[in-house]
Amino acid sequence: MDFLNAIVALLNFVVIPATSYGAQLALGALGVTLIYGILRFSNFAHGDTMAFGTAMVILVTWAFQSVGIHFGPLPTALLALPFGIAITAALVLATDKAVYRFYRRQKAAPVILVIVSMGVMFIMNGVTRFIIGVGEIRFDDGGRFIVNANEFKKATGLAEGLAFRSTQGLTILTAIIVVAALFWFLNKTRTGKSMRAYSDNEDLALLSGINPERVVAVTWIIAAGLAVIAGTLYGLDKSFKAFNYFQLLLPIFASAIVGGLGSPLGAIAGGFLIAFTEVGFTYAWKKVATYVLPDALAPDGLAQLLSTDYKFAVSFAILVIVLLFKPTGLFKGKAV
Amino acid sequence: MIVVEGLHKHFGGFRAVDGASIEIATGSITGLIGPNGAGKSTLFNVIAGVYQPTAGRVIMDGEDITGLPPHDLFHKGLLRTFQIAHEFSSMTVRENLMMVPAGQLGETLWNTWFHRGRIAREEAELAKKADDVLDFLTISHLADERAGNLSGGQKKLLELGRTMMVDAKIVFLDEVGAGVNRTLLNTIGDAIVRLNKERGYTFCVIEHDMDFIGRLCDPVIVMAEGKVLAKGSADSIMQNEAVIEAYLGRGLKNKAKAEAEA
Repeated sequence: MDFLNAIVALLNFVVIPATSYGAQLALGALGVTLIYGILRFSNFAHGDTMAFGTAMVILVTWAFQSVGIHFGPLPTALLALPFGIAITAALVLATDKAVYRFYRRQKAAPVILVIVSMGVMFIMNGVTRFIIGVGEIRFDDGGRFIVNANEFKKATGLAEGLAFRSTQGLTILTAIIVVAALFWFLNKTRTGKSMRAYSDNEDLALLSGINPERVVAVTWIIAAGLAVIAGTLYGLDKSFKAFNYFQLLLPIFASAIVGGLGSPLGAIAGGFLIAFTEVGFTYAWKKVATYVLPDALAPDGLAQLLSTDYKFAVSFAILVIVLLFKPTGLFKGKAV
Repeated sequence: MIVVEGLHKHFGGFRAVDGASIEIATGSITGLIGPNGAGKSTLFNVIAGVYQPTAGRVIMDGEDITGLPPHDLFHKGLLRTFQIAHEFSSMTVRENLMMVPAGQLGETLWNTWFHRGRIAREEAELAKKADDVLDFLTISHLADERAGNLSGGQKKLLELGRTMMVDAKIVFLDEVGAGVNRTLLNTIGDAIVRLNKERGYTFCVIEHDMDFIGRLCDPVIVMAEGKVLAKGSADSIMQNEAVIEAYLGRGLKNKAKAEAEA
């Protein structure tokens, strides 16, 4: 019984939160890695693209709620998602036309594009706050739990409760669907293949008649879609606050780099690796340890390796360790 | 017909192409030879739209195509291959070929999701065409191999195959025979001649192998130091004193003389 309790506690406090956090990081890192693979620079504005997109989703959600449109047991934000994606895609395409295209024509070095993307980041940062404010916003509605802790305790007779929030379930499910669709798209469709071709060998792609502007536009649209989905899922799961999305840029980049920049599979693996280590290192293991170990060995303290304040340090420690042994990341991305 | 008029391409103070004027007649297999650093590849790159010329014009069938980007030139039927073979290494040989024809239905996001049937039919046709091309090049057994795993010579064949996926008008081959063994070189040579005869492709070939040039090309243009040094039939070029001095060396002339006497 103690052993079962330990497993439930582990699921409840580590596996489920880390999986949904990992799915959010993976979706964010996919966007970063696609931009890197095709446009060949690290897009620092990605976190704020997520924030902007989520803000749009929240506004549309409020509009829906005010006229009484709801999505049954699911969050209304899911209905608003396509609108948020459309607005954000329009914004990033406009940014590309107004800013990045100029530097592409100049054949600017990647490092210049990185700095340019930081400029874009600060502008988006300001625009988002201007539109929706700096405070914390909760916009989840619909059913709260798939598995409720108290009902779980009653049904199983275990001392530990298992809570599986609907936003967590939704995050994982959506991530699976989106990733499957993305991989189908990249591997099976002509557009996806031309993106891979362009990423693989730009010169040859151009001389095979692939239109670079179209590849770039499609990449931005997909990256915007991924950013808005990741941002909305993160906001539903926790809450929306513009600054949090700016901070999220760090673990997202860590995920993309650990997996190998430019490699979609790597972004997913990196996302989960970072999420599980982050949660694993900052979780207080006392409860699980007390169940599993004999009484004499039960820890007195919290058995927490690091305070949650250090969670970003964990991402970067993983980053350094992986790059020491595999300089191009786990899945052989492009050299950074 | 391609006419290049007074073309200059300078990199800083270095004049890679220094006022070259050449003509490539429709239906010909024109050879372009010259010592390393003569500006042959740079000339190719300017014609193919990779570099903007410093001065001069490129005219294709009466239309000024100077400085157009590569993918636009591709649509006009002007293709090139690379000195060092390029390929999409993570895709199969067949997929590499299927990448080529531009303007496919599946190129827009909308069609990708909403016109599956039509795209599937188009792709089936393309796959068939790719297999025909591989047959022609005698490498059909490699269709499902990842292009990155091919040998250097096989990659050269793939480069040639890429030009066969569309109705090219003129194809620029940059050292198609470099690092390729004799047997494979003959295969490549045969393919070039057949494409020229059967499909009416015009070729412009950079090559150092004089046997290969002599067998295939007429006329031959010789470049040195960014300028055109001589032009004529392969035989006349091999007898040309200036060309021998700048490029061919004495050995070849002696060999040609010996062959003529024998």
